[in-house]
Amino acid sequence: MAYLDNIFFAVVLALGVGYFALNVKKLMRNIKLGQAVNRTDNPKARWNNMLMIALGQSKMVKRPVSGIMHILVYVGFVIINIEMLEIVIDGLFGTHRVFAFMGGFYSFLIGSFEVLAVLVLVAVVVFWARRNVLKLGRFASTDLNGKPRSDANIILYFEIVLMSLFLLMNASDFWLQQAGVSHYVSAGSFPVSHFISPIFDGLNEGTVVLLERTFWWMHIVGILIFLNYLYYSKHLHILLAFPNTYYADLNAKGKIDNLESVTREVQLMMDPNADPFAAQASTDAVPAKFGASDVMDLNWVQLLNAYTCTECGRCTSSCPANQTGKKLSPRKIMMDTRDRLEEVSRNIDANKGVFIPDNKSLLNDYITTEELWACTSCNACVEECPVNISPLSIIMDMRRYLVMEQSAAPQSLNAMMTNIENNGAPWQYNQMDRLNWKSE
Amino acid sequence: MAEMMAQGQQPEVVFWVGCAGSFDDRAKRITKAFVKILNNANVSFAVLGTEESCTGDPAKRAGNEFLFQMQAMMNIQVLNAYEAKKIVTACPHCFNTLKNEYPELGGQYEVIHHTQFLKSLLDEGRLKIEGGTYKGKRITFHDPCYLGRANNVYEAPRTLIEKLDAELVEMKRSRANGLCCGAGGAQMFKEPEQGNKDVNIERTEDALETKPEVIAAGCPFCNTMMTDGVKHFEKESEVKVLDIAELIANAQDL
Repeated sequence: MAYLDNIFFAVVLALGVGYFALNVKKLMRNIKLGQAVNRTDNPKARWNNMLMIALGQSKMVKRPVSGIMHILVYVGFVIINIEMLEIVIDGLFGTHRVFAFMGGFYSFLIGSFEVLAVLVLVAVVVFWARRNVLKLGRFASTDLNGKPRSDANIILYFEIVLMSLFLLMNASDFWLQQAGVSHYVSAGSFPVSHFISPIFDGLNEGTVVLLERTFWWMHIVGILIFLNYLYYSKHLHILLAFPNTYYADLNAKGKIDNLESVTREVQLMMDPNADPFAAQASTDAVPAKFGASDVMDLNWVQLLNAYTCTECGRCTSSCPANQTGKKLSPRKIMMDTRDRLEEVSRNIDANKGVFIPDNKSLLNDYITTEELWACTSCNACVEECPVNISPLSIIMDMRRYLVMEQSAAPQSLNAMMTNIENNGAPWQYNQMDRLNWKSE
Repeated sequence: MAEMMAQGQQPEVVFWVGCAGSFDDRAKRITKAFVKILNNANVSFAVLGTEESCTGDPAKRAGNEFLFQMQAMMNIQVLNAYEAKKIVTACPHCFNTLKNEYPELGGQYEVIHHTQFLKSLLDEGRLKIEGGTYKGKRITFHDPCYLGRANNVYEAPRTLIEKLDAELVEMKRSRANGLCCGAGGAQMFKEPEQGNKDVNIERTEDALETKPEVIAAGCPFCNTMMTDGVKHFEKESEVKVLDIAELIANAQDL
């Protein structure tokens, strides 16, 4: 009977972690729906990006207020999770504060966790106020109408509850330590929760033990629920920021990839010795279409980008098109890509692992041509993204589909392209007049 | 270039003029200013003249990869035939495309923007810049996206402006945070989508807030957009929009 608690704990832990693992598997399957792209070159620069940008949060502090508070929440969450290790061991083996033997160092750890927990609480409340009271532009935006807005608040409430439980758990533990209740070894320092513990005064020991156990259980179960909420929320960035910054494009931002399939075709056209029939034999190497109209046409890094996006909206707030009232919002491009990918994922799950065409696509059903044509390719969104997401690359791939597969460019752009074809300039000037400036 | 080749000479640098610099009346003045500086500094340079063609940048950014690669391969054949090694251009779009997108297609050159080239002439002592007409004037610099964010060139144009003894005033959004003029990504060649403002108006407001006498540009398209913006606010008599090359040529009375 004495082991019932521990067995129950093991089952809860296995369920929590196991279900999350299943979702991670699904996540990886979905990302792999994307086209191949090689992002393994120059590992040194990639590790450096990951260390500086994801671990070091270097791009977050470009906006100091949200940047510094984000670092508090991030450091708080990472460090307080060290406590998780102790909770898991205690839970599985029926011990209590198993690391207490570390003495002074343990006190230091617990003490710093408590201080961080308070800082996290403060930051999260400020975050909540920025969204719900101050209504900052990028959070009030219509991009977030509906689920994304409640999702963001749910995450903040979760964090408030988890941090409060952590402090209540310590406060009740401290009270029991003071009361000399057996099993509650005197360990740790409680710079914050010793101010809370008087709320238990007047209760009998049994009640406080019950409360302490309740907080402890709710804390661990809460964390497991939060872990599993990640996949259904925008909050995956806490994990995916790391691979996302590692696999991000290392080239100068101005460089847009040259489509290899097009290079082959152009070389064939320009090579007088090319045998067009010999070329036919290798057409299986040519992809079915140029550019992207749906998520499967994008590359896997772009799909990883979509899952990593946490909808902070720094991209959209710096986008020249968005600032001047156009429909384009780089954040919405990423959210649409993720939502469509999730739709495809549900389709695959419902059809025993095979995608059955649903007559929908990322283009038109999610992203309109009006949004795509409003982009100035200025790279402000790419520059801004704290985790190196590139909405621009998706916009460009979709423009490619519109132009090369559908010939659906705006009239004026068709005229520009005709001019380049005919006279080597985007305007209608005679190629032979190119040097006229010399004598004018 | 063909003439130099025929005489068995190789220029120090190939000047890629670009379509705007060749055909647009306003941008031609930038081309001529830059050429005057090159001649004054005794730089041996060549242009491709009628053998130059659009780099394909606007086609690529409009989504037409076919047309872009056709243009790229034709230009690369010409440049390689003349054994071009170093290319300078006054257009950040040409600069970006030649520098970043041509190498994979067989065109490997050292490509620099004219502000970088002028800065190197200055460092080598071949170019002297004196304030002259711009001494003490308030000049603000608009970062072209394809020079700045796209290729991390922020300092060369600023160094040149400071050498004019001018007062360089920064807009609230500058360098990596600079706002686009609205012309990039082939927008130059189409009407903007429905919105509540044009991008160039938004950017011109940034510039005018600094109360400048000159808005300096480093891109023929930014130049057009900012000039239109200044006209929109009817400030053209007080605020001039000039390329860095024009500033230097004017200061030296070339």
